[in-house]
Amino acid sequence: MSDIEQNYENDPDVPEGPMLLPLDAWHRAKGGRMVEFAGYAMPVQYEGIIAEHLWTRESAGLFDVSHMGQLEVSGPDGDMEAAAKALEALLPADLAALKPGRVRYSLLLAEDGGILDDLMVTNRGDRFYLVVNGATKWDDIAHLCENLPDEITLNHLDEHALLALQGPKAAAVLASLGLEPAGEGFPPVEELSFMQAAPYWWPRSPADESARPLGISRTGYTGEDGFEISVGAEDVAALADALCAHPSVKAIGLGARDSLRLEAGLPLYGHDMTEAGDPVSAGLGFAISKRRRAEGGFPGAQRVLALLGEGVATRRVGLAIEGRMAAREGAEILDGDMVVGVVTSGGFSPSLQRPIAMGQVATASAAPGTALAINVRGKLLATTVVDLPFVPHHYHRNLPKGAQS
Amino acid sequence: MSRYFTKDHEWVDVEGDTGTIGITDYAQGQLGDITYVEAPEVGKVLARGDTAAVVDSVKAAADVYAPVAGTVSAVNAALEGEPELVNTDAEVGGWLFRLTLSDAGELSGLMDTAAYAEYIKGL
Repeated sequence: MSDIEQNYENDPDVPEGPMLLPLDAWHRAKGGRMVEFAGYAMPVQYEGIIAEHLWTRESAGLFDVSHMGQLEVSGPDGDMEAAAKALEALLPADLAALKPGRVRYSLLLAEDGGILDDLMVTNRGDRFYLVVNGATKWDDIAHLCENLPDEITLNHLDEHALLALQGPKAAAVLASLGLEPAGEGFPPVEELSFMQAAPYWWPRSPADESARPLGISRTGYTGEDGFEISVGAEDVAALADALCAHPSVKAIGLGARDSLRLEAGLPLYGHDMTEAGDPVSAGLGFAISKRRRAEGGFPGAQRVLALLGEGVATRRVGLAIEGRMAAREGAEILDGDMVVGVVTSGGFSPSLQRPIAMGQVATASAAPGTALAINVRGKLLATTVVDLPFVPHHYHRNLPKGAQS
Repeated sequence: MSRYFTKDHEWVDVEGDTGTIGITDYAQGQLGDITYVEAPEVGKVLARGDTAAVVDSVKAAADVYAPVAGTVSAVNAALEGEPELVNTDAEVGGWLFRLTLSDAGELSGLMDTAAYAEYIKGL
């Protein structure tokens, strides 16, 4: 048989031998099968990808995403205007309008508008908190160091772990920990809205006076309601244990993380979006804020704004595939006998019990309902372009104040 | 009947000039949930080491190589509706295909049960 870990390639820029996550021993004790990913030894699965995937959709899954880069960007004396301006020179979000406690999805762009990384930016009141991809974090840090003005401070939170708790029962589980908002005006954790964040204290027990700080956002990469929790490396094992002590929670590996995000139609950096591509073809035009479209001033603005105005040659689409055979990254997509695109990620959908994929397809063949074929090892699989996501999102959005339900 | 193993985690049961081929329990465990098996066509002539079948898991597609040369004489039809048999019963009910061996001498290059057990201990 061929190499069975072929989908989990190593990052060539990281020194040899995988680095260990703060939860390394915890994963091994839970029976996690460790593979090298983004330079780290990480659990690809515990009991099995399909079971873990379905568990997350029905209950709550705990993911260790500590390989991701957690960064803070701040201006002199907490000058948020200066920090926003500096970051806006590197990405197309309207950070000046990002209120404290709010999270935005954004893209680090190259000079030609190619995508260097995708990331989440949170306004933490006196600084911006960024979460970037694990495989790209060293390049991102170098890029930020080189391009941010001298008065802007970049801090890599490399002593912090990051957990994601995802699924319909995530809010009830997190609420049961008895977290205390770390300041006036922060809501109880279960009242956070999608794309909102706040700091909390985690008491290990009511008697414990040394409560631990957590940074929590209502965000994730599964399409389900859920949270991402930034926690000191020294506290992460105790927190993971406390969460997994809840009968609704199981540890979930990278394999199910990938199948969940694929069903949710969420693109993966390096696959569904790349430095060679651009935000508009990748279907990420929503990440370019209205004000930034009007004003420009981000890397590659000329090209990206032209693509927004004039349209793109190819687009990211969802692909529903007949039969059981999966199409994977690199497979050719055909319209009749013409090659019109390529699969950028694909696999078997545990929720839908059929193969699904995302691909980059010529605009003329990219309308939902278009019948296409995918060439997998010489076999043509009947395929239909479908709207994304494949499985509906279940994000928790609070109604605006004063709105009636 | 004798059972032989390859370093690539295929097993082959030999009875007369017929070999029944599957992947080992160790291999199915490494692959995880199997969602589809692409079997070879009956009548296909395979050289030793040719890609004979593809086992698709949620994670990835893995090629299964012909452990010895031969002509495909049967495929396991049960896998069409129930590919997870390769997970639950890899070394019996989850067999993949049968070959009419063209050179039984090739079997001498394969491992026996004890040697394979020793081999996977070192992985």
